[in-house]
Amino acid sequence: MSSDIAQFKKDSPMSGTLRMDRMSHIWCPGCGIGSEVNAFAEAVKRSGIDPDKLAVVSGIGCTGRVAGYVDFDSIHTTHGRAIPVATGLKLANPNMKVVVFSGEGDLTGIGGNHFIHAARRNMDIVVICNNNFTYGMTGGQVTPTTPHSAISSTTPFGNHEYPFNLPFLADAAGATYIARWTSMHSRNLIQSIEEALSRKGFSFIEIISPCTTLYLRRNRLGDGVDALQFYQESAVLKHGADTREADIDFQGKIVIGKFVDKNKPTYIEALDNRCVKVVGDDYELYGKTVPEREAEEKAEKERVAARRAAVMAEEEKKAKSEKGVTKISAKIPVKSAAKKTTTKVAKKVAPKTTAKATVTKVKVKAKSTAKTATSKVKAKTAAKTVAKKSVAKTPAKKTRK
Amino acid sequence: MNIKTVPADPKGVDSGPHFMDGDHALAEGALAAGCRFFAGYPITPSTETFERFAERAPEVGAMFIQMEDELAAIAANIGAAWGGQKVMTVTCGPGFSLMVENIGLAAMTETPMVICNVQRAGPSTGAPTLTAQQDMMQAKYGPHGDNAMIALSPDSPQECFDLAIEAFNLSEYYRVPVVILTDETVGHMHEKVVIPAADQIKVVPRNLYTGPKEDFRPYKFDGKGGHPMTRAGDGYHFHVTGLTHNEKGYPVVTADQNKIVVTHLMEKINGNADDIVRLDEDQIEGADVVVVSYGITSRIAVKAIQDARKEGIKVGSLRMITIWPFCEKRIRELAGKVKTFVVPELNYGQMVLEVERCAGGKSKVISVNHCGGAVHDPEVILEAIRKGNK
Repeated sequence: MSSDIAQFKKDSPMSGTLRMDRMSHIWCPGCGIGSEVNAFAEAVKRSGIDPDKLAVVSGIGCTGRVAGYVDFDSIHTTHGRAIPVATGLKLANPNMKVVVFSGEGDLTGIGGNHFIHAARRNMDIVVICNNNFTYGMTGGQVTPTTPHSAISSTTPFGNHEYPFNLPFLADAAGATYIARWTSMHSRNLIQSIEEALSRKGFSFIEIISPCTTLYLRRNRLGDGVDALQFYQESAVLKHGADTREADIDFQGKIVIGKFVDKNKPTYIEALDNRCVKVVGDDYELYGKTVPEREAEEKAEKERVAARRAAVMAEEEKKAKSEKGVTKISAKIPVKSAAKKTTTKVAKKVAPKTTAKATVTKVKVKAKSTAKTATSKVKAKTAAKTVAKKSVAKTPAKKTRK
Repeated sequence: MNIKTVPADPKGVDSGPHFMDGDHALAEGALAAGCRFFAGYPITPSTETFERFAERAPEVGAMFIQMEDELAAIAANIGAAWGGQKVMTVTCGPGFSLMVENIGLAAMTETPMVICNVQRAGPSTGAPTLTAQQDMMQAKYGPHGDNAMIALSPDSPQECFDLAIEAFNLSEYYRVPVVILTDETVGHMHEKVVIPAADQIKVVPRNLYTGPKEDFRPYKFDGKGGHPMTRAGDGYHFHVTGLTHNEKGYPVVTADQNKIVVTHLMEKINGNADDIVRLDEDQIEGADVVVVSYGITSRIAVKAIQDARKEGIKVGSLRMITIWPFCEKRIRELAGKVKTFVVPELNYGQMVLEVERCAGGKSKVISVNHCGGAVHDPEVILEAIRKGNK
């Protein structure tokens, strides 16, 4: 049996990008991080980046564990410090592609200062932020992005704070690439990560993701599948959207897409530009001389193109054998999503019963624990949202069309 | 101990006689030792080191970055160390307080780096421009959890330069953060500093692993130094974590593994104290009173010692160049042989606790403490020597 598992791990398509000797991972069933890591691994493969020249840095928390599972140079740092560690790594070794993979509490709570400053400097790193509205590892506390009124273990009566709108924050701080997806939008996510990996500058990708064990359970929003269905219904694809309008209300619409993609000299380029201007020809570009850098960049481009071509050829081969299932387009997931919703709604005839059951449960609990009126109301509203959600499926689908 | 050294890279060595302050000498020492990455955050009275490095970085081909705070500065240094560079930062008490979080991570992940603490009078914001030696214990006990650290204390700008190189060499060999505990007075004192020719400076190079990938281990838990590390991009796909880990670097959070890791971290320093500890001794043999001092205070003590000798008192001087690991063995040897240890320091009595512990009641210990902000009046130390001789 164990040898079967070993063989299975060896044969896994993720072998080579994930540390199969560290599987299985710690993430809960239904959690979004697993599919995000999958998307990341896939994007790395497609990008053609040399796996030896890629480093992943994580902070603390559930998403902080990503660094431990990817088969690249990886550092699992202290809480909130992934971005400065990545900054140091990138500056010390500019040939590396450095990715920060962490949660929203880590990156924008305790590490918020580092986040805005790395964006301001246009540090050449990719920041992937798993936003699940909760501190998962410590038991489901409120985070800087928890929507107003959502319940967490430290906001038992609903969150009264105002949440961060992360794309807007990144935009204001100077990030040169900003995208948001949900953990359901795997293909867009793969494409987006691939794009971020192949560009220069501070790239920020936010992924809205379900925490089934804590956020969904506390707010009575069902399980992982319910969350994905909700994302499908409430995600509004809007490339180039004004980041000021990307706020997320409790169970409200989620604007997704690529919001910002602009060119600006990176930190090292800006430093070099400045010094060349002042010091003149005597100045050696940081890390290497001009011809060295040009030759290296050219060689790297060629390598990437060759690897990418190989991956695409393989994809095509696979696609042919599977009758075009794996055609990649940004628009496709949204369309197919709408289709899927129709079938699912048709199949699920009695979601109301589930909603009712939840309401009664909540009532019983509220009575027995003699909670305050507000918490009762809160719980009822939460339950109502579930009911509303299942009833209001058809109009949501209509608006999308 | 046979540590492999190479001559310094001439690019970073500004050979010749200079007239510079201790802070500048720290920067020059770091560059001579091969430090090519500096992330810091400005704080009085350490900014001169910071500024010197910023100015010298382009000509040496080093990277200098002023981070958003000390938390980020020390974190960036960890990243850069694993990126393959020798790294340094400089700060003082308040900044060091913020840095201890990731000094702990550096100790746990066995990341070599040098942190200079140009001490000023505290607590809290205290007296930013005034001297003190109040962070002696913090250098070792700052980070939470058990970990052994190396700390050195220079008494002059020349020694700032010399000890910066030694600090890098120790940190590379033992893969441990090394703290240079200087102070405002030494930091701002201008003196002659002679920087030798590059081939006269011995530098411990980064020991990089070159074997087969499947045998690569970022750690070896045997309580010794000299183990290779790697850098990003070499293809070994290292993983380092602040969690308790095995030799592969993977998290193994068990009591047994914690024992293995902590024992190694402690033993690698404490078990090699004989190789690490450096003392500057003067007329200890047959002395009745030994003045144990360090940093700027040792230079004040010289006057008191000279005066006491004129009075016929047999006084020896033991200047600690290495603060941590503590010179436990030497104090235990002297305990009982000398009547009294006199310990002057610019704090309310910190290293004196270590001296008392090792004296074990066999010799008297007199603390000559001072709340900082200025140096001792030599007369006060002389008075303590007289008292100790009775």
